[in-house]
Amino acid sequence: MLEIKDLHVSYGAISALRGISLKVDQGAIVTLIGGNGAGKTTTLRTISGLLRPKRGTVVFLGEDITQLAAHRIVARGLGHVPEGRMVFSNLTVDENLAMGAYLQRDKAVIGRNREYVFGIFPRLKERLRQVAGTLSGGEQQMLAIGRALMGEPKFLMLDEPSLGIAPRLISTIFEKIQEINRDRGIAILLVEQNANLALEVSSQAYVLETGLITMEGPSADLRNNPQLKASYLGG
Amino acid sequence: MSEFLQQLINGLSLGAIYALIALGYTMVYGVLRFINFAHSDVFMVGAFIGYYAGEHLPRGTVLGGMASMGAAMLGCAVLGVVIERLVYRPLRGGPTLNVLITAIGVSLFLEYAGQLIFGATPRAFPDIFPSRVIEIRGLIISMNQVIVIAVSTVLMFALEFIVHRTKIGTAMRAVALNPKAALLVGINIDIVISFTFALGSALAGAGGVLYALNYPSIDPLMGVVPGLKAFVAAVLGGIGNIQGAALGALLLGLVETFVDGSRWSTYKDAIAFAILIAILLFRPAGLLGRVSAEKV
Ligand SMILES: Nc1ncnc2c1ncn2[C@@H]1O[C@H](COP(=O)(O)OP(=O)(O)OP(=O)(O)O)[C@@H](O)[C@H]1O
Ligand SMILES: [Mg+2]
Repeated sequence: MLEIKDLHVSYGAISALRGISLKVDQGAIVTLIGGNGAGKTTTLRTISGLLRPKRGTVVFLGEDITQLAAHRIVARGLGHVPEGRMVFSNLTVDENLAMGAYLQRDKAVIGRNREYVFGIFPRLKERLRQVAGTLSGGEQQMLAIGRALMGEPKFLMLDEPSLGIAPRLISTIFEKIQEINRDRGIAILLVEQNANLALEVSSQAYVLETGLITMEGPSADLRNNPQLKASYLGG
Repeated sequence: MSEFLQQLINGLSLGAIYALIALGYTMVYGVLRFINFAHSDVFMVGAFIGYYAGEHLPRGTVLGGMASMGAAMLGCAVLGVVIERLVYRPLRGGPTLNVLITAIGVSLFLEYAGQLIFGATPRAFPDIFPSRVIEIRGLIISMNQVIVIAVSTVLMFALEFIVHRTKIGTAMRAVALNPKAALLVGINIDIVISFTFALGSALAGAGGVLYALNYPSIDPLMGVVPGLKAFVAAVLGGIGNIQGAALGALLLGLVETFVDGSRWSTYKDAIAFAILIAILLFRPAGLLGRVSAEKV
């Protein structure tokens, strides 16, 4: 589904990624964990075309998308729920969802996707006319995910969906992520600092540290890895 | 009382013209975060397009007048899009100051090109609309004023509809709020920006013709003063805010007209600007602006 090879990305003189490679298979949930400033967000932004790598390639559905404009990458079926949610704060929930379906012309498909989004996040349906900026953090996260789903992605990247959300809601959000993966067969790349949770829902995991992948393997194995336990899993 | 009503009408029609210009400043600022100083010269070009179209179309008819105005709007829309495409787009992503200075350059270019092509001598603007004066109980309203108020009202409602009820308008607001998130839902930002320039420039084109109808002498530097005032109106309303720009412009037009009609008329601009500065002291982000429009 997605394969990145030897990706190097820098911000001016600061290099944020120093040659990382990773792979997400069809239908899989893969997680990318790592501490603050490891380069997780940079990785996702490079994949979705918001940043250009200095070196390396991004191949999506068998096609090299490394130099493709961000809006064209979306059109190929890549969804990205960005860090900090980035809902359109002055737009209503309804308008945010409509923007999610920006590239979709078929009204019937849009209607079907809306129903699906309301099915997993009924809260959004109750708040359709509300301005997105006034939603709670958890509701904004639901909206950000819902908005991405309106684009009918084949592959979805989520950047720290648990950030700034009440603990009670976090488990709901993670259940929904698994549900989306199961129901729609959407492959998922999940970026998290909450390693315990991320390893629980994923099948494959990568650990990123200051721009390099330092560990990778089946999530079940990594969960029991003593080194990882010490640094990310709270002992 | 009728004196007051008279001034009210004069002020509103002046404010409506400022509004048509101010909207372009504020919309471009909204999506690109810079002041397009060449906008006032697009307004001037609009008046000249109206002038030349007026020469070839039947004069003194509503239809002919509308056609001239349509030509000005269309011509300015194209001009705005071309300026953005050729000049501003290559600079996008660079420091804002560079774009600002370039905008001043484009403004000067249009002014000098205007003097070269149209000549520097002011020309009398033809009566493209039927010139009639309506008198209601001592109130004197010229046909041109009716046209200014009617046309600008229609255009502002049309803009409101486009921005709030259409997909491209919603995309404009989305890009203004968060360009990265807009890209991530598949919005082609280039198209949205071109559309914004087309829309703003078309309104300025209409404004140019309406201005020329009421102050019927046009020259290549005619955009400078009304452009400056419209820019101030946009800031007053809260730059980036569409309703704010319209509100600020109407307010400015009214203040200017009322001061002009008083015994302090010599200082009308000074007084108008003093009032604006006072308002900005109390509301630094403008009447309808928010102090931090950008949210991460
Ligand atoms: N716009 C930028 N300009 C300069 N440096 C940046 C920029 N964005 C990120 N960086 C740097 O790049 C590195 C990687 O940042 P990135 O945001 O990808 O980390 P992250 O793993 O997502 O961290 P977090 O978990 O805190 O979100 C950091 O050292 C950061 O300071
Ligand atoms: Mg991050």
